[in-house]
Amino acid sequence: MGINYFYPEFEVVRNDARCIRCKVCARQCANEVHAYDQDRDLMLSDESKCVNCQRCVSLCPTRALKIVKSDCRLRENANWDGDTIREVYKQAGSGGVLLSSMGNPKPYPVYWDKILINASQVTNPSIDPLREPMETRVFLGKKPQSLERDETGNLKCELTPQLELSMPVMFSAMSYGSISYNAHESLARASRELGIYYNTGEGGLHEDFYVYGPNTIVQVASGRFGVHRDYMEAGAAVEIKMGQGAKPGIGGHLPGTKVGADISRTRMIPEGSDAISPAPHHDIYSIEDLRQLVYSIKEATGHKKPVIVKVAAVHNIAAIASGIARSGADIIAIDGFRGGTGAAPTRIRDSVGIPIELALASVDQRLRDEGIRGNVSLVVGGSIRSSADVVKAIALGADACYIATAALLALGCHLCRTCQTGNCNWGIATQKPELVKRLNPEIGYKRLVNLMTAWNHEIKELMGGMGINSIEALRGNRLMLRGVGLTDAELRILGISHAGE
Amino acid sequence: MKRVYVNEKWCLGCHLCEYNCAFANSGEPDMAKALRGKVIYPRIHVEEAGKICYAVSCRHCTDPLCVKSCISGALSIQNGTVKIDHDKCVGCLTCVLVCPYGAVAPGPDGAATKCELCLENACGSPACAAGCPNNAIVYEEREAAV
Repeated sequence: MGINYFYPEFEVVRNDARCIRCKVCARQCANEVHAYDQDRDLMLSDESKCVNCQRCVSLCPTRALKIVKSDCRLRENANWDGDTIREVYKQAGSGGVLLSSMGNPKPYPVYWDKILINASQVTNPSIDPLREPMETRVFLGKKPQSLERDETGNLKCELTPQLELSMPVMFSAMSYGSISYNAHESLARASRELGIYYNTGEGGLHEDFYVYGPNTIVQVASGRFGVHRDYMEAGAAVEIKMGQGAKPGIGGHLPGTKVGADISRTRMIPEGSDAISPAPHHDIYSIEDLRQLVYSIKEATGHKKPVIVKVAAVHNIAAIASGIARSGADIIAIDGFRGGTGAAPTRIRDSVGIPIELALASVDQRLRDEGIRGNVSLVVGGSIRSSADVVKAIALGADACYIATAALLALGCHLCRTCQTGNCNWGIATQKPELVKRLNPEIGYKRLVNLMTAWNHEIKELMGGMGINSIEALRGNRLMLRGVGLTDAELRILGISHAGE
Repeated sequence: MKRVYVNEKWCLGCHLCEYNCAFANSGEPDMAKALRGKVIYPRIHVEEAGKICYAVSCRHCTDPLCVKSCISGALSIQNGTVKIDHDKCVGCLTCVLVCPYGAVAPGPDGAATKCELCLENACGSPACAAGCPNNAIVYEEREAAV
């Protein structure tokens, strides 16, 4: 139809002196960018199909390939940048809602990068984690507020159910459907080896993964996909998903093309049908309704499993968290606006929600002020990128962090942000068998274990530097943090002093 | 004895093993120099039919038909590895005919070539396994094939 307004975003640069015509690029590109012209003995590329996932770059045995941003650009304009104009062209052509994947890429402030961590010097000793014990184990769940004794004077020792984590990081919810079977297997096996948890997301639990149940958090979302008795009993905890950082206020949509036999069985929906999660839970319109669901789940699982309520970080998050802390939930998970997704409307992903750092600080403070911080554990996600982010989050008041994008990166994701196409060349965000097999869980789970092991070492080093030998002593210890380049309002919300103060 | 094994479940059909094999046996230090513009004679081949693919190379059988059938004594077993002496090979290709796996093939000079587990070249261990992006090809100890 008419004129094509789009010049390709990327260029495929091939060093012909290095290209041995092995055609691995052509064989591995599911977007069919590369092709071999036998008559001219030439490798060709159609860069209009390139999403810059770097699969070809990574597999090219002679490093003959690179993908660069095209320098063919529209006239520079500080107000109307190229992406903005292209989005207008796109919508003028399609009439549709723009879709995106993974986290918000816009240049909003990243508060983690404006917070600095303390270290001991002359007046108090730092600790060397290689020589002295260092505790990163965390228990998530409601904590007792006081000692209680029975009629004979003995201490009542029974705690409400807790999740035990070897380190304060878990893999956050990614459904089977949004990611592949092999990606799920990698996460599950890594969680078991590490002594942490992964999260099924809202797509149910594949029957093959019930064996990883003790390291699985099973999710109950608005679509209730795959939720049944065995599923609830399989998990170590149940998470009620009220919202997601990438798309607060809206539901989800797994296109029918991705609902094959396995996913249909796992989600308990007909093969080929769209899996649409409503925006709200149709039985939750208040904190009281939420409380009913929390207790229904507790009843259904014999009060043996902690219940997590996951919400997106939005403007009045402190009040929302206060309500959840009174609803009977054991753990509140808050997902910041930079959190990832397999598909979300671009406008919502890029303009709805608030940064997790601010949400966390204000929730922790609010719960402390109200004397109910011990009612719940706080888990935060939405772009925790490194062990330093984890340490800063704990010092701001979190009990543990949820990571997903970092985990996918460990599995090979190159953040090309086109999960919604279902053509993931790395075998992660796809259901096509020939692509799914590209992610060998034997490799994947080891890379996840490596990543978490490395982070745990770094967390211990950072804690040791502060003279802290237990993660419990770091939690909410905001004196260990200082801000740089932050305004008074930002410092007040974060509850930290400026560097130099 | 360690051998090269291929797991069809993880083979992507990327054919990198063929090129890594050809490079390993080229004696050249640079892959582009070794392979660019050349016809390659790899000792491992990816067999494909539709979406199924599988790399095949010598199993280093304990009782190999190729060695039995070799009319010139070019093929022999040395420390469990089936090796070929190119100077002795007369190019009758009986070994190609009898190998049940199709793992022996004629080389550029007419003599047969086959996998020698990269023990004779600079790699020291199979380049196909080392370069397989999905661990579909492994070099490990298992119970011997016949």
